[in-house]
Amino acid sequence: MYGCSTGMDPRLNLRSTLWLTGALLLLAAPHVDRLPWWIITLALMLVAWRVYLGKMRFELPRKWLLLAIVAGTVTGVYLTYRTIFGRDAGIALLMVMLALKLLEARTRRDGMLLCFLGYFLVITNFLHSQTIPTALYMLACVWLITAGMVHLQHGHSDAGYRVPLRAAGLMLAQSAPLMLVLFLFFPRVQGPLWGLPHDAFSAVSGLSESMSPGSFTNLTLSDAVAFRVEFKEQAPPPRDLYWRGPVMWDFDGYSWSAPPYQYASQLRYDAQLPAIEYSVTLEPHNDRWLLALDLPARVPPGAIPTSDFQLRSAAPVTTRVRYDMQSFLKVEFGRAESRQAMRRALRLPAGFNPRTAEFARALRKKFADDRALMNAVLAMFRDEAYFYTLSPPQLGDHPVDDFLFGTRRGFCEYYASAFAVLMRAAGIPARIVTGYLGGELNPLGNYMIVRQSDAHAWTEVWFPDAGWVRVDPTAAVSPLRVESGIAAALPRTDPLPLLVRGDYPWLRQLRLTWDSVANSWNQWVLGYNPERQRSLMTRIGIDRSTWESLAFLLVIATLTVTVILFLLMARRSRAATDPVKRAYLLFCRKLAGAGLPRAPSEGPAAYAARLAAARPDLQTAVAAITRLYIVLRYGVAPGPAARREFEERVRHFSAATR
Amino acid sequence: MPNQIDTVAAAVGRIILGKEHQIRLALACLLARGHLLIEDIPGVGKTTLAHALASSLGLGFQRIQFTSDMLPADILGVSVYNRDTGGFQFHPGPVFTQVVLADEVNRATPKAQSALLEAMEEQQVTIEGETRRLPDPFFVIATQNPSYLIGTFPLPESQLDRFLMRIELGYPDSDAERALLQGEDRRDLLTQLKPCMESRTLIELQRAAQQVYTAGALLDYVQALVGHTRRSVEFVHGLSPRAALAVLHAARAWALMEDRNHVLPEDVQAVLPGVVGHRLALAGETGRVNGADVAEQLIKQVPIP
Repeated sequence: MYGCSTGMDPRLNLRSTLWLTGALLLLAAPHVDRLPWWIITLALMLVAWRVYLGKMRFELPRKWLLLAIVAGTVTGVYLTYRTIFGRDAGIALLMVMLALKLLEARTRRDGMLLCFLGYFLVITNFLHSQTIPTALYMLACVWLITAGMVHLQHGHSDAGYRVPLRAAGLMLAQSAPLMLVLFLFFPRVQGPLWGLPHDAFSAVSGLSESMSPGSFTNLTLSDAVAFRVEFKEQAPPPRDLYWRGPVMWDFDGYSWSAPPYQYASQLRYDAQLPAIEYSVTLEPHNDRWLLALDLPARVPPGAIPTSDFQLRSAAPVTTRVRYDMQSFLKVEFGRAESRQAMRRALRLPAGFNPRTAEFARALRKKFADDRALMNAVLAMFRDEAYFYTLSPPQLGDHPVDDFLFGTRRGFCEYYASAFAVLMRAAGIPARIVTGYLGGELNPLGNYMIVRQSDAHAWTEVWFPDAGWVRVDPTAAVSPLRVESGIAAALPRTDPLPLLVRGDYPWLRQLRLTWDSVANSWNQWVLGYNPERQRSLMTRIGIDRSTWESLAFLLVIATLTVTVILFLLMARRSRAATDPVKRAYLLFCRKLAGAGLPRAPSEGPAAYAARLAAARPDLQTAVAAITRLYIVLRYGVAPGPAARREFEERVRHFSAATR
Repeated sequence: MPNQIDTVAAAVGRIILGKEHQIRLALACLLARGHLLIEDIPGVGKTTLAHALASSLGLGFQRIQFTSDMLPADILGVSVYNRDTGGFQFHPGPVFTQVVLADEVNRATPKAQSALLEAMEEQQVTIEGETRRLPDPFFVIATQNPSYLIGTFPLPESQLDRFLMRIELGYPDSDAERALLQGEDRRDLLTQLKPCMESRTLIELQRAAQQVYTAGALLDYVQALVGHTRRSVEFVHGLSPRAALAVLHAARAWALMEDRNHVLPEDVQAVLPGVVGHRLALAGETGRVNGADVAEQLIKQVPIP
């Protein structure tokens, strides 16, 4: 924290201070809504104080005052976070310390230190967000900070920042190829390079392990991407795109929840059709379930299947994961369910929803056959006045009763829940499956985007002769939801995120283009893991990518890039359009080969004089060529004959010792 | 014709020992119709050089010793009442001559300095509403002590800019110094110095210097040099177009002295320290920086296109 100010070190002038302050404020700006208000206020106050003192040319505050602020901040951070380590507490401390450093910045050395702290602040921003906008923003900040550093090095107060900005931009451009080489060839470790703290994805929304009326409405309002899918071949039609997530068995009269998981050693069923192959890139959701097309046919590495055909990851998904999957769309499964499971699939809480129970009993009397009963219920949803809407009225103590016989307006979970309750009351085992339905095919990049707004709930009903059969009561109410997605199914007055609606074709196009770029970024930049690196190595012909071979490649590539950059820079002086100059440069190269290179700032006559001293044997030839060159390039009116003679002489010139 | 310049250079070289390059630079400056500033500590022969130049070129010569209590009238002249004619009669000041030696120009106050500097720019003086032409050729050879010495009023940049060249003499090497100590008194030598050239010849030479050819490639080089000073962060500010023109004029004169009818990059490099040394300042440096060293650095940094 202490900037020892030696007498020799130049003072930091106001202009540099203001520039650094501005750059650091821009750098810290993304943290504003992630930190407690008092940290922001404190840091801003300290910065304002510094600027005031600088403007007024007042003395900077004493050390004991700064130390007191440090102590207060550490206590405050500890009280807020119950720790002073970790991502959020660390960033909070860093912010205040940075402001304090600014407050005691007196000399150029302090300015340099602020620049380096600024680079560190860049990294902390990536702990929160790794999107393209963040990266671009941080690039701009790095540019500003670097320009500040260049300015400090050439510190004289009157010069502006135009030249330093140019220099910094040039430096960044020059370092880009090296950065690329290091990125591609530096040996990768699994997962992100630095371990992300546990709280990294705490605020992510997604499916959950329980479902009550209204729980999907929030999801539908979010246009965040849930996952992206690349199909090996043609994508299945929308009505088959049921992405299976948590399965819920237990109903308490109001909400559904998942029972403790019963893990299965493998997925058992009879396949009927060739499997669909695809890969899923799942956004972090902080929970364990993995999504797969109904019904998953293989288990990705690191995942465990459950007896009700969910896939669960061994660890919570806190970073973006990509896995290859296979699924069967039409398959018969679960005929041999245990009695315990059957009991669970029929259980209803006593004393709830009496009218529904009565209605089910009446249905049972009317229809002996399970399927006929089920179809009658679906027909009721289809033919009677049930509405599909995002803003249903409030339900009372008996939510299913209220919904079925009162409001008749609801969203997918209302229909799934009511249907499952009806089935159970009629003695047919039923359960709820949550997940996503549909997805948007992005023609640019040929992959499918599934958003949180595609979240859906449906039911599975068990028949002795067919096992579990998927029944989507929402489809009976609103076939459009299944065929064309949620935007088409909802009334236009319902609130939906702008991006989910398809009202503006150009907006849709823009959004798809952007998502395709973001997807490539995710896949190739953020998701560039050892596996991807290996496949790249294989593509360029290195089969076994060990640490040694990677290090070797890294060195080779770095050298190559450096040499190319160097040659490009050297070429700029050589790229002569004048044929006379070209010939003369050839002459110089011949001499350079003999160990007598011309300095870039050496004139022809001076060079000739030096050559004559170093190599008397060449004196005549050099003198003739130099004389001709001078006449041709600098003389008044050289004739074509002189040029021919010059080029002839240069061609025949040899610097070899005879 | 250039032989005559060599003769002048040799003649001056017999008085100022071991300073051939500086003498040739000074001659180039005069051939390019520019004014010359000689800066160095007292006693290294500044005044002698100026005197020798004027004498050997056969030009009218006046010396003005600048002091801190000097007034513009001391330079330009003054009108005095004539009782016989009953009118005012103008008595021209020392500036009305072909070569003005302004000795220790930075010892005078800015007011007195500016009187001379206006004459340099316009080659005319306006006194009491009447404009009077100065003779042709007209040179000012000014000497000044380094600005860190006591009792100096440093010339501002805008006035420094009016001098085509600033040269520094420096100490003589030991052989030259021994010759100086053994030889005759310099003042006697000066009085013995015979003009080697008529002033008509000098004007012809000046005209010839203007005719020396500069190829596009050479202009590229001058532009590259000037452009570098403007882009680089090392300098407080870049060279002005006037400075670029000055480089070109001086390089032409140098080429003429080398008996060439076209300018080479070497000519530019030879005059560059003298021409831009007083026009460039290194950024971030507070101590004494030798302007000529800055120019040498500039030459090294800019490749010849």
